[in-house]
Amino acid sequence: MTVPLWMYLAVAAALFSIGVFGVLSRRNAVAILMSVELMLNAVNINLVAFWRYSETSTDLLLNGYAFTAFVLIVAAAEAAVGLAIIITVYRNRRSVIPEHAATLKG
Amino acid sequence: MELNAISIGFAVFTIFTLGGGLGVVTTRNLFQGTIWLMLSLFGVAGYFVLLSAPFLAAVQILVYIGAIAILITFAVMLTRSVARIKSRYFRLLPSFVASLALFLILLFGITLPIFGGHLPEAAPEYVASTRDLGAALVDENGYVAPFLLASVLLTGAMIGAIFIAREDKAKGGGA
Repeated sequence: MTVPLWMYLAVAAALFSIGVFGVLSRRNAVAILMSVELMLNAVNINLVAFWRYSETSTDLLLNGYAFTAFVLIVAAAEAAVGLAIIITVYRNRRSVIPEHAATLKG
Repeated sequence: MELNAISIGFAVFTIFTLGGGLGVVTTRNLFQGTIWLMLSLFGVAGYFVLLSAPFLAAVQILVYIGAIAILITFAVMLTRSVARIKSRYFRLLPSFVASLALFLILLFGITLPIFGGHLPEAAPEYVASTRDLGAALVDENGYVAPFLLASVLLTGAMIGAIFIAREDKAKGGGA
């Protein structure tokens, strides 16, 4: 292992910032969902890197590893439901721009 | 940091991950954006290999590139309104400034412990294997409760996605 921990964290921070930029600036809801996936992946890099570089103690041996697996599961569920909502909104409104589905806005 | 297989792999996967991410947020054609997303996710899977988590790398490729990216491709094709969106971005400058500021703050927070010497430079030799993960997932002192909750969540999400996206035969007024 020659790559120090801060390099992984820097890459993850860059990827997270790219995702934040996409969420804030894109107009298409599918593009926003893709940026959210980027942010989730940045968090996963962080979790696995901290898990790998932390001192191993016997009772906390797999916390980071298992947590990353659960983040993956939640991301899969989020993508499925999110895309279903986007397709339904598109069917009803003929639009994938989130501002066009603002009926609940006060 | 000397030049060896791990550092070369790190550089290549960094190019994949960040280049793919930039492609996702800058491309006009969302279908190409999905390809960029696959490249970025592949780079993240490479990081998992470098961090000696091969099971997570396999799951990343199977779930993200195999399932989520294909799902997004279907969503892009089913919601064909790329041509109707005149501008790719809105609030371009504020979001650029905000994300750049966030990156700089995060980078400052990451590099700050270097001067104090708190972040570990080298990883410990021992690493848990996939067999350990499998045992911990069904161990009652391990992660059996989150494991069962995750299966319930996946089932609920699957049924919910089918229910939401289903074509409504008797359309009962409005949104």
